Amino acid sequence: MQLSGLVVQLLNGLAGASSLFMVAAGLSLIFGVTRIVNFAHGSFYMLGIYVAYSLVEWLTGNVGFWMALPLAAIAVGVIGALVEIVLLRRIYKAPELFQLLATFALVLVIRDAVLWLWGPEELLGPRAPGLEGSIEILGRQFPTYDLFLIVVGPIVLGLVWLLLTRTRFGTLVRAATQDREMVGALGVNQAWLFTAVFALGAMLAGLGGALQLPREPANLEMDLNTIGSAFVIVVVGGMGSIPGAFVAALLVAELKAICIWIGMVEIFGIPVSFSKLTLVVEFLVMAVVLVIRPWGLLGRRQAPSRNLGQPEAPLRPADNLFKAAVALLAVVLLALPLLTKSSPYMTVLMTDLLVAALFATSLHFIMGPAGMHSFGHAAYFGLGAYAAALLVRSAHLPMEVAVVLAPVVAGLGALIVGWFCVRLSGVYLAMLTLAFAQIAWAIVYQWDNFTGGSNGLTGVWPAQWLTEKGNYYYFCLALAALGIFLLRRFLFSPFGYAMRAGRDSPLRADAIGIHVKRVQWAAFIVAGAFAGLAGVLFAFSKGSISPDVMHVSKSVDALVMVLLGGVQTLSGPVVGATTFTWLQDAVSRNTDYWRAMLGAIILILVLLFPQGIAGFVRQLVYGGRDATGGHKA
Amino acid sequence: MAFAAPVLAQDVIKIGEVNSYKAQPAFLEPYKKGMDLAVEQINAAGGLLGKKVELISRDDNGNPGDAVRMAEELLSREQVHVLTGAFLSNVGLALTDFAKQKKVLYLAGEPLTDKIVWQNGNHYTFRLRPSTYMQVAMLVPDAAALKKKRWALVYPNYEYGQSAAATFKQLMKAAQPDVEFVAEQAPPLGKVDAGSVVQALSDAKPDAIFNVLFSADLSKFVREGNTRGLFKDREVVSLLTGEPEYLDPLKNETPNGWIVTGYPWYSIQTPEQKAFVDAYQKRFKDYPRLGSVVGYSAIMSIGEGIKKAQSTDTEKMIAALRGLQVSTPFGPIMYRTQDQQSTMGGYVGRTRNENGKGIMVDYRYLDGAKFQPTDEEVKKMRPAG
Repeated sequence: MQLSGLVVQLLNGLAGASSLFMVAAGLSLIFGVTRIVNFAHGSFYMLGIYVAYSLVEWLTGNVGFWMALPLAAIAVGVIGALVEIVLLRRIYKAPELFQLLATFALVLVIRDAVLWLWGPEELLGPRAPGLEGSIEILGRQFPTYDLFLIVVGPIVLGLVWLLLTRTRFGTLVRAATQDREMVGALGVNQAWLFTAVFALGAMLAGLGGALQLPREPANLEMDLNTIGSAFVIVVVGGMGSIPGAFVAALLVAELKAICIWIGMVEIFGIPVSFSKLTLVVEFLVMAVVLVIRPWGLLGRRQAPSRNLGQPEAPLRPADNLFKAAVALLAVVLLALPLLTKSSPYMTVLMTDLLVAALFATSLHFIMGPAGMHSFGHAAYFGLGAYAAALLVRSAHLPMEVAVVLAPVVAGLGALIVGWFCVRLSGVYLAMLTLAFAQIAWAIVYQWDNFTGGSNGLTGVWPAQWLTEKGNYYYFCLALAALGIFLLRRFLFSPFGYAMRAGRDSPLRADAIGIHVKRVQWAAFIVAGAFAGLAGVLFAFSKGSISPDVMHVSKSVDALVMVLLGGVQTLSGPVVGATTFTWLQDAVSRNTDYWRAMLGAIILILVLLFPQGIAGFVRQLVYGGRDATGGHKA
Repeated sequence: MAFAAPVLAQDVIKIGEVNSYKAQPAFLEPYKKGMDLAVEQINAAGGLLGKKVELISRDDNGNPGDAVRMAEELLSREQVHVLTGAFLSNVGLALTDFAKQKKVLYLAGEPLTDKIVWQNGNHYTFRLRPSTYMQVAMLVPDAAALKKKRWALVYPNYEYGQSAAATFKQLMKAAQPDVEFVAEQAPPLGKVDAGSVVQALSDAKPDAIFNVLFSADLSKFVREGNTRGLFKDREVVSLLTGEPEYLDPLKNETPNGWIVTGYPWYSIQTPEQKAFVDAYQKRFKDYPRLGSVVGYSAIMSIGEGIKKAQSTDTEKMIAALRGLQVSTPFGPIMYRTQDQQSTMGGYVGRTRNENGKGIMVDYRYLDGAKFQPTDEEVKKMRPAG
């Protein structure tokens, strides 16, 4: 470990930061103005490199290469504009975060489209003409293209800054970031402003991707690999702050470079691999920053958004119609194994649906009535699953005991994480939950001796009397129904009213003596424990678990379920969970390009039911009554 | 049509397969073709036990939970006679355990983790491909023959990478006691910061490098390594790099002279290989990848097993597969009785950049049977069964 080595490593970090900054800047712009948490931003980045690859092939020659990069960025910008006009524009009135669902569907569609168009093989582009080689810096060969990247980052930053501060467009964008209703009131055509900003953001992502062409092969993993990092950068820098994104990208890239520089060292005789820390370093940074500076390094407290979609009607206790529907459902569920004796798979699938329903309901519990969006809910699902597996495998406890104890462990996890998270709100809270979930995931993923590492744990089968699928189904049905019932019951208790009061008006809730943060913390713990119960049921139904039970994609699945069902209804999560899981099963069994198909179905649902499926049904059934309550939009 | 189906079903032998088609398309599209070819050949030759063979594939979405559900579906709804598949090690291990619980035969094709046949091995699970241990062991004689003292390691940070690195260190120390390991980098899978990693390795001034990276990580690593002169005057020993799946994307960037395991389908002259390559190219107008060989051989193994068992009864099939000889494109293999691992081996050779394309040269086929721990050690690692 020489100092000159460190200097060159810092240069590597600078080069690595450039693309990351561009993607994050685009994401930040889009969020600032449109409030869309654009999950498809990583897909734009991926499209950028694929389009650049094809353009380079097509244009050929040195000039062709350098033309291809900006052209690819423009092409992605155009695609972004189309997405905004055709899709997103139609759902701005939906509850905030609902756009997340649409962009999630886009991720699925774009990935399969790329697979179809470009094939499964990785595509390594040519080196950049004129910058193929390297120069010597402190006795080391340093790629000249990396020097180019180091320069490009600040140039793009400068251009975006000029655009935002020196042009009328920039003034409008900044105004819209501050208060977009006011901009609308002043007669600015918001629709086109939003389209332009979305296209610009997509273009930046596309440019970031295209610039990677000489450095890495275009491949199908790039979308999700990028989106995680981009979110981190945006949040660490402060949502909506372009210079913040730049600083954050530098910080993260440099820290990674330093970890790699340190490599393997002995601390008190124990070899510690710092290079393994790169798996999680960005999430550690995010957690630390959010705990210390809740609005990111250069961010400001978010102005409350006035566009929350249709105001949410107060919860009503179940009426007779709803009770009858639930009773009917219960009878069907009870009779199901008997009715489907000829196709025993139905029981297996239904077990998965029940687990998903309980998991989604536990997320909805804090997301809906408490207004705390969690992007890391899988952490508690995973904690429950792992606790159950370890209790039966390592502690040799009976399965029945594990079922009781494991949710407590998950609840304890939520207790710790919740203490930090409830201090924040909005997207920052969401991202802090994500950071903790990713840190937990990284620990589970790397702690081979205890958690089985990346392979996970096997041999987690239920007790003897539950091995028969039908019995296990009834067991899940009983616990999931109990869980969902209890969560619902909580919402109609004083505790539940306090939660909703805290969400709708923290100030007034405080004034009447509700300790809002404490209520939120309690809600967090309750939600964590029930997610843990879902995890336990999952573990015993599969017989094995591995770290993906707490991976971010599992958290996203839960979000999708809640949003699909409708965040403003209590039955939404159940409807969303069953729809999503069932669709995934049915579509993946029957089509090759099932991701695109699933994405397309979700898009259609999004456009048809901007209140979620259950929200739509409720409107159909109770539409008139809501109106008399004065809650019609 | 509908009421004819149950009658028809009895005339069919069903093989159920679960794999990560959408998560790992680069490997699994050729894999699927290999399986389809095998099924077609078996059926053209009259099927098995006088019945047609049918392959039913399911996508596991890249995670064990869905894989187990799909396996349940294949068993209960499709009523398959045998299970095969899996690419990822965690999915493979989940299916291994599932097979034991459900008492169904499972042939793991691709997952490389040693645990499938050792620590987690069981009566119901067989594995075709050489495990991580075997692949590393095949490279170690060549690595030791280089007589290089200072080695640096780079591997993806998950079980496969870690166990490959650990096995390499252990076997190298045994083969060459004065060996030193001067640097170790374990970047996250799919997210290597290639520039920094290459520089860190180069700063450690190793004489030779052992690389376990593959796929997109490999391309990034190779390009940075070439630009920064990491591989100049240094020997590199690299797992999997000779597989067309990972070598072909490198194109002009292919380094010269790396010692690798892989599949030089373009120049192998054995009759089994030639017949396979010809049939494959004729059928798909595309050349086979290593995945094609694995998929093809997995189905052929199951076919031979059923033929020998003269039955699709699980216990009879297991009895038949234990010690069974199967002819594959790689030549004859045998399923060992002590751990139900096949003796399929691999090609070890050097890479060469020929007209902007990566190929393997100076290669030889190493029989997997010779690259195993002793039976004593296997017994210690593998629980009864």
